[in-house]
Amino acid sequence: MRISSFKVVTIVALGAAMVLAACGGNSSSGNTTNGKIGGTVHFLGTWSGSEQDSFMAVIKPFEDQTGVTVEYEASRDQDAILTTRVTAGNPPEVASAPSPALLTKFANQGKVIALNNVLDMGKLNSEYAKSWIDLGSINGKLYEVYAWGSLKGLVFYNPKVFQQKGYTVPKTWDEMITLQNKIKADGTTPWCIGLESGAASGWPGSDWVKEIVLSQSGPSAYDSWWQGKTKWSSSEIKQAWTTWGQVLGSGDSNVYGGKNFMVSTNFGDAGNGMFDSPPKCFMHNQGSFITDFFVKAKPSLVAGQDFNFFPLPDVNSKYTGAHVVAGDTMSMFKDTPQARALMKYLTTAEAQDIWVKRGGKTAINNKVNVNDYPDALQKNIAQTILSAKIAKYDAGDLMPPDMKNAYWSAILQYVQDQSKLDSILSGLDKVQATAYTT
Amino acid sequence: MDWGTFLSQLPIVVIVIVGVPAVLVAYIVGTEYLVRLLPDAFRPRVRPWIWVGPALIFVFGFLILPAILTAKTSLESGAGDFVGLQNYQRQLGDFPTGGAWIAIRNNVYWLILYTLVALGFGLLLAVLFDRVRYETFVKSLIFMPMAISAVALGVIWKFMYWYQPPGVPQTGTVNAILGIFHQDPRIWVQDPSVDNFAIIAAATWGITGFAMVILSAALKGIPADLLEAARVDGAGEITIFRRVIFPLMMPTVVVVGTTLVIFALKAFDVVYVMTGGNFETDVLANRMYKLLFFSGNQGGAAAVAMILLAAVVPVLIFNLRQFRAVEARR
Repeated sequence: MRISSFKVVTIVALGAAMVLAACGGNSSSGNTTNGKIGGTVHFLGTWSGSEQDSFMAVIKPFEDQTGVTVEYEASRDQDAILTTRVTAGNPPEVASAPSPALLTKFANQGKVIALNNVLDMGKLNSEYAKSWIDLGSINGKLYEVYAWGSLKGLVFYNPKVFQQKGYTVPKTWDEMITLQNKIKADGTTPWCIGLESGAASGWPGSDWVKEIVLSQSGPSAYDSWWQGKTKWSSSEIKQAWTTWGQVLGSGDSNVYGGKNFMVSTNFGDAGNGMFDSPPKCFMHNQGSFITDFFVKAKPSLVAGQDFNFFPLPDVNSKYTGAHVVAGDTMSMFKDTPQARALMKYLTTAEAQDIWVKRGGKTAINNKVNVNDYPDALQKNIAQTILSAKIAKYDAGDLMPPDMKNAYWSAILQYVQDQSKLDSILSGLDKVQATAYTT
Repeated sequence: MDWGTFLSQLPIVVIVIVGVPAVLVAYIVGTEYLVRLLPDAFRPRVRPWIWVGPALIFVFGFLILPAILTAKTSLESGAGDFVGLQNYQRQLGDFPTGGAWIAIRNNVYWLILYTLVALGFGLLLAVLFDRVRYETFVKSLIFMPMAISAVALGVIWKFMYWYQPPGVPQTGTVNAILGIFHQDPRIWVQDPSVDNFAIIAAATWGITGFAMVILSAALKGIPADLLEAARVDGAGEITIFRRVIFPLMMPTVVVVGTTLVIFALKAFDVVYVMTGGNFETDVLANRMYKLLFFSGNQGGAAAVAMILLAAVVPVLIFNLRQFRAVEARR
């Protein structure tokens, strides 16, 4: 018995000593040697795998020029990790910005640093479209800055199949509905939709609804909706759901595999059915990032030839050029010379261009040459982004987390039984009543 | 691995390897020296406290204190104001589908199904394998899932339950088997009428080996002459199991059972991986995680934690009593 209690004490003490050692271990400092800044900066990002390789390639010239080592850490659970580390007083110096709702919370608590004195705002204003700077501002101060952006609401299709079948790219919402009816009349299914995404399941459907809200009822309706001022059961929002229901068809008959396939298929795999022979579906609405997934699933696919896109047509022509955008943004949580240098670097055209050339990203800095995009498709996306008249942030990300989660769950319920829309929306109203106050 | 980082951390490694034992030895020698200074009569009373002291400090600092602080947080709003039972009211107010009720219902499913099935199968397998020659081999097979992390288990079973529309080759094992019997494939972990059972089945697969191994060890501990005597008295095998084996195994069954109950109450990882709590499969631990990290609702998360604690405490008390009863019997 004595021996085992000795063991317990040893283990406990050992554990404690390790904890102490780990706490005391961080002693790197920012010494200035031969004009370089030196030192280290910690970066918490969301990129892993090949994306991480691309980011490290972006960082390489920065490290060479400044002598600063960037310690990169990747996590998909960004919000959870940042919340923990910020609360514990141990945030990384720089991080991919969390969801806008969380960032606003940090900004109100003074836990994130305003960038107005960190970046050269004059330069930024000349190189960035105003809508992108506005997106990163909270109460008039800039808290997050974009490096790369992506566009939501792109309908991907297979041009070869379209040509074969005699389908033409729709320019208006009505043309798209006509096209989907034609595809159905040919005995095939128009759409592929996959909603599974772990704890975030449902978000791909929420993209549909918010894109429809924006282009059907306009930006002011969109804003008052995510701000919690418009009820879910209001006519504008309900109309967006029924418009999406029209795309899904009664009993989800316009979607390959119906509701079972939608709820059980990962968003990244859903579009691949377009490239089967014979194709399982003909159109797939997703953000610009999805092309990576296409090529990964079928490396023989060539952008522009095997897949291309058209922007989801405007439901109401009054709001032409309205796009829901997303992107890679950075925020600063600790003010160090190294962090300042890194933030400045990432907003430059030089830094953004490195990833643009590697493919898969669209730069926000307008000094990046459009000819640097590796293919016509990505160039096309870049032009659509840069010419966006109304750029709106993902409404779900702007809502408080409880609201966002309820929104995603509601999507899953809706595709399983569209006739329950009224009770689903009144459920969302109930969440809305409390989510914005806590 | 970056060797530069390793080298720069080397002094810490040395401190841990050399320093920790040194500190421990110093603590023991030093305190023992102090104890020796005391009068003889006091020494036996003081010494145990010195030995358990560090452990007590850690238990207090890392278990009791956080528990008290959690209880306090559960009565506060996000801003730290006292709000009474409002957080509990939000979690428990909207019976039967609002707040935490779906999670509570699912934890009850877990409690009953997970515990009974794992215990039942564990006992059955232990008793049956006891009678065959290839016992070690099959027991290792059944025990193997224990070596898999719960996250891997969730991923594996997600593939097992994979769905493809009818008419396409089924890549999920379960739906492929249905196909052999000319049944249409179905969704398993997204359909609220079956998903809880599908997830619990996966978790049970992972834990049955644990129950089996411990019960099997208890079974081996039953003296052979007892069974012999029962047979001589003319008892059949089933009677022997019911009247001799099972009563003797009872303390072990209770210990395994209560352990499984605690596992069931704190179920998280499998649910997190397989559905993330969607499709009415949420459990309390996952709800707590979501409230804390996604919603930033510390009061709500603390309230769920307290509900969970309240559910576990009776099991713990029962378990402790049982331990004491077993000790007393010796």
